[in-house]
Amino acid sequence: MTALLEAVDLFKHFPVRRGVFGKAHGAVRAVDGISFTIEKGKTLGVVGESGCGKTTTAKLVLGLEDPTGGALRFNGEDVASLDAAGRRRYRRGIQAVFQDPYASLNPRMRVGEIIMEPLITHERHDTPELKRRLERLLDLVGLPARAAALFPHEFSGGQRQRIAIARSLALSPSLVVLDEPVSALDVSIRAQILNLLRDLQAELGLAYLFIAHDLAAVAHMSHTIAVMYLGRVVELGDANTVATAARHPYTRALFAAALPSHPDEKREEIVLAGEVPSPLNPPAGCHFHPRCPSVMERCRGEEPKLRTGIRVACHLYE
Amino acid sequence: MASRAATLTFEWTMSTLRMKGFPWFPVVILGTLALAAIFADVLAPHSPEVGQLGQRFKPPAWQQGGASQFLLGTDHLGRDVLSRLIFGARVSMVVGLLAVFVAGTIGTFLGILSGYMGKWTDQLIMRVTDTWLAIPALTFAIFLAAILGPSEMNIVIILSAVYWTRYARVIRGEVLSLREREFVRLAIVAGCSKWTIMKRHILPNVLNTAIVIASLQLGVVIVAEAALSFLGVGVPPPKPAWGLMLADGKKGLMAGYWWLTVTPGMCIMLMVLSANLLGDWLRVKLDPQLRQL
Repeated sequence: MTALLEAVDLFKHFPVRRGVFGKAHGAVRAVDGISFTIEKGKTLGVVGESGCGKTTTAKLVLGLEDPTGGALRFNGEDVASLDAAGRRRYRRGIQAVFQDPYASLNPRMRVGEIIMEPLITHERHDTPELKRRLERLLDLVGLPARAAALFPHEFSGGQRQRIAIARSLALSPSLVVLDEPVSALDVSIRAQILNLLRDLQAELGLAYLFIAHDLAAVAHMSHTIAVMYLGRVVELGDANTVATAARHPYTRALFAAALPSHPDEKREEIVLAGEVPSPLNPPAGCHFHPRCPSVMERCRGEEPKLRTGIRVACHLYE
Repeated sequence: MASRAATLTFEWTMSTLRMKGFPWFPVVILGTLALAAIFADVLAPHSPEVGQLGQRFKPPAWQQGGASQFLLGTDHLGRDVLSRLIFGARVSMVVGLLAVFVAGTIGTFLGILSGYMGKWTDQLIMRVTDTWLAIPALTFAIFLAAILGPSEMNIVIILSAVYWTRYARVIRGEVLSLREREFVRLAIVAGCSKWTIMKRHILPNVLNTAIVIASLQLGVVIVAEAALSFLGVGVPPPKPAWGLMLADGKKGLMAGYWWLTVTPGMCIMLMVLSANLLGDWLRVKLDPQLRQL
């Protein structure tokens, strides 16, 4: 069975120029050779600090940015070599929900128009059919039918995020990219939205690319977790394993830094020194080596690869 | 006590209607001028273009030698100044509003195109705008007027061609920030074409800005129209334009015929002042709202 979405050695480098006619004298290595697969109806969670390339990955998947290297395969087809019709099919199949529910809804459009926009763009339907679909979408995300006639500013953050989710489902996509869908929401609303997303997945068989820096949320939502550091995937594995028995030193530090679910819970304490290096000029060898508590001589020169089998990019496990 | 309570209720009502700080002065002035322009045929006591040569240089009614049928006196051809002012309001209003509308449409369109398309489209439009801005506006207008010849319609074309740059510049900047907003990204994900995005997502969100610029530009355009008419390349005589009246009246200034220049001058001043005050108020009123949304 082919995976729904497969990324093979994906790169995105942004050239840095000086002046108007300046030549590129370097590149921000936002995404630096990552590979992952998303199965039908499953969730891939991506975690990492700010600037590790999570959002760029989302943009590559959504076709908002073109990769500078590597390939994306959707249902086994190479996205870069699709014709116009194939491109449209790809666009239809992948929708998104973004972080800021205040910026992701056009303030000048009514909720009904916002939700139905993707559908109207791709398909022709008569008014009663559109109305029926709109009501079903609103019902799916738990909003009353009268919401359709209102403007976004009449809703709270959580309700707005529900509107954004309804919009993303309008075309019945097979994959929804969730770029930090709950980060901007109140803690009390987060669980509601996450549970809604899980229910929708079970009901509609959606696959998610779930991007967040909230580890608990990612562990709760995902089947597989990819941990990113400076544009690379350092660990990829089953959600349970990564969350409870992480192997890569960075993953361990990351999960150790998250708040425990119970104050008495015993846990290891790892404090990382220094800051994330600039993606303009990442360290040689393993990108993590200047901050790694178990750094070895080998890490400074040789880049560890993520291999099939043990999917950890670290020399400790070779 | 009763009146005090009444005042309080009144103030409360006004503030709930968000009328606090409503610019009554410019609205009343512009409203009056607009009414004068619309109903000029009914309001004007005499013909604005045909005078009675026997009644030349009559001073305003309250001055020695004034006649009550010529409230603001008559000019060198015996034409009633008040009637000419009322018809002049029509010229200023029509030319001003049309020119602002056409310039606004051109500028907004180019600004959106420039800001959203980016790359060479942006470079091209912005360099043309820079070039336009480098030419002194009035000189450019006179040059165009000399080519096109004097007529009311040509004035509209000329002023639109000269004054679209402000819109293009400001709106391009606004679009640059809008196109990074998430709802524009989501529109791309939804499969909208570039034109749809510009029309449905960008345009409604820059309209407020365009309206504010337009109201501030109204004053500029009216003064420019008056200046062109004054210089003899604007509205052709005998049409009663305020700038033309100034030009005709200036010869009589030394002879003591002050009403020929002061009255149209006052009209121009009041109209421009009102347009600017209204524009200022709109800017404050519309901008923060835009940010909050």
